[in-house]
Amino acid sequence: MKKNLIQLNNLSFNRGDKVILENVSLTVKQGSVVAIMGPSGVGKTTILKLITGQLRPDSGNVEVAGKCVSSMNHKNLYKLRRNIGVLLQNGALFTDLDVFENVAVPVREHSNLPEVLVRRLVLLKLQSVGLRGAVELMPSELSGGMARRVALARAAVLDPALMLYDEPLAGLDPIGASTIIRLIRDTNEAMEMTSVVITHSVEDMMQLADYAYIIANKKIVGHGTPDELRQNTDPQITQFLNGEIDGPVPFHYPADELTQDLLG
Amino acid sequence: MRPQHNIEIMAGLFLLLGVVALMFLASTATDMGSKLGKEHYRVDIRFTNVGELKPRAPVTIAGVTIGTVKDIQLDPESFEAMVALDIDVTFNQIPADTSAAILTTGVLGDKYIGLEPGGSPDVLEAGDEITITQSAISIEQLIAKYLFSTNTPGDDE
Amino acid sequence: MPAKKTKLITLRKPVQIVGRGILFFIQVLTSFRPSLKQLKAILSQVYFIGTRSLVIIMVCGFFVGMVLTLQSYLELSKFGATDSVGTVLALSLFRELGPVLTALLFSGRAGTSIAAEIGLMKATEQLSAMELMAIDPVQRVVVPRFFAGVICVPLLTALFNLTAIAGGVAYAVYIMGVDSGIFWSNMLSSVEFQRDFMMSFWKSLVFGIVATFIAVFSGYFTTPTGDGIGRATTQTVVVTAVLVLIFDFIITALMSWT
Repeated sequence: MKKNLIQLNNLSFNRGDKVILENVSLTVKQGSVVAIMGPSGVGKTTILKLITGQLRPDSGNVEVAGKCVSSMNHKNLYKLRRNIGVLLQNGALFTDLDVFENVAVPVREHSNLPEVLVRRLVLLKLQSVGLRGAVELMPSELSGGMARRVALARAAVLDPALMLYDEPLAGLDPIGASTIIRLIRDTNEAMEMTSVVITHSVEDMMQLADYAYIIANKKIVGHGTPDELRQNTDPQITQFLNGEIDGPVPFHYPADELTQDLLG
Repeated sequence: MRPQHNIEIMAGLFLLLGVVALMFLASTATDMGSKLGKEHYRVDIRFTNVGELKPRAPVTIAGVTIGTVKDIQLDPESFEAMVALDIDVTFNQIPADTSAAILTTGVLGDKYIGLEPGGSPDVLEAGDEITITQSAISIEQLIAKYLFSTNTPGDDE
Repeated sequence: MPAKKTKLITLRKPVQIVGRGILFFIQVLTSFRPSLKQLKAILSQVYFIGTRSLVIIMVCGFFVGMVLTLQSYLELSKFGATDSVGTVLALSLFRELGPVLTALLFSGRAGTSIAAEIGLMKATEQLSAMELMAIDPVQRVVVPRFFAGVICVPLLTALFNLTAIAGGVAYAVYIMGVDSGIFWSNMLSSVEFQRDFMMSFWKSLVFGIVATFIAVFSGYFTTPTGDGIGRATTQTVVVTAVLVLIFDFIITALMSWT
């Protein structure tokens, strides 16, 4: 039995008066790839920010590797983050640095390795995402898929124990998407990492994840392996998995009756 | 990393240029320049009236600046103005019986001190006092003189 | 009831921004580490902020010097006091125009680009990415730009004054035929190092802090959208102009008391 690397216990989070998450609990086992899914705007990215400590929950707590993130001070938080790699939605490459320097940023920042070793480390990482030939390009010269791969290399360059992916496949063409899927699986297996993937794409999740949580309506509405979820008959889950327009998540944003609005 | 290298060189050049500009301004456009790198000796003069003479006004002989007014104070006993001059050490052959006058550049210009060398073989030395002086001409007094044709003698002659 | 609520909010917002500004200022100052890496980052920002503002500062300085000389020459010639044109030029440059105009030009040239750059980094999640890599974005992005700006503005002011005096000399001596010796000696004898030159220096230092801080502050706290970045750049110029003129008065008042 592998131990839990991430644990969210009865987590609630509000933004102003608006409740984003309510009483969310989930666990991520070490070495697994876990997907967190749900319709857009439901607070998936918020979960990611709670795990990295960028946001603090209003109640409940977040544990990563047995340590409580929610009450950490700035210094310990930064220490923890060195062991976490994050791939943000659009890659967030530093536009003023070339590909090589982008990947080298975490290495230079957190180690005092001699230049030769930095170079070797960075080139190896870029080789693993297939972009060793692109070291001298600037981020503006990369396609979306390439930028994502560079960002992946940068997030993984220090071989973190935990990788978080925020919509890693959004906006990519099929080739780019399957490349990223393969890379995520590969890095997870080769480095014995744990990965959390945030996505709204059902197909991707089915290919990628060992286990998935579905969030809707501020809560976790279902979880299980991809196969288990497919068997599930809960309308909230079937609506999401099959992409039905109307269901527990309504097509209409809450409003008064149409006739009332039109006729005044 | 060549571009980075170039950037650092350009930045360094800029810093250098900026510092040089600061130094240049300080030394050529302010009174720092007249003090910097020059030695002076001190000569005192007494005037009954200095008019609008101000510290750092030039001291000239034959129109050439040889020093500046360092300080102007009132002698508490004789109620005369004590003017201290800083004179460049290169002009160390000024006769002891030199006379001094407070003059004006143009009609409304600044006041300055003009020295008129005498013929004495002795030279002025640091701490000496020039005794033959002519005070500032006050335009109001001049006008008053002409208007009322009084025969009071000049202030100091 | 709603009217009362909005009134409270309009009052709360500026106070909140000022408070945030003060805290951020302290954070920027305390985030400075005198490490080689940090100094190198500052140096390369000196290039982007300082070296690249050089041309505009010097061109503007030259023409300000010329026009200032032209104007004062016209007035002074009525009194036959054209010899003092150097004095008027140098005093107005050192005391007021040099520091103020340099700060305003700097804000327009470098301040806006700093604000837009940091704002864009925020909008494209680069700042977030740094935080997630356990790199302090204030230390890495804000500190080098801030200190580079603070170093650059006094130097740019000196260069502005220098080119303005050169412009004045060019106009007065070579066009209007004022004797260059009289021009310089009048300037020399009336510009006091302690009073005028140092006033220029202190002002430019304070203005440098104000202009650069407003730029990094607007960029760092911008709404991370295209619209927000546009507003941040506008805000940089406007707020800097207002604050520079306020501080100009305060410093002048303080320095003329003592």
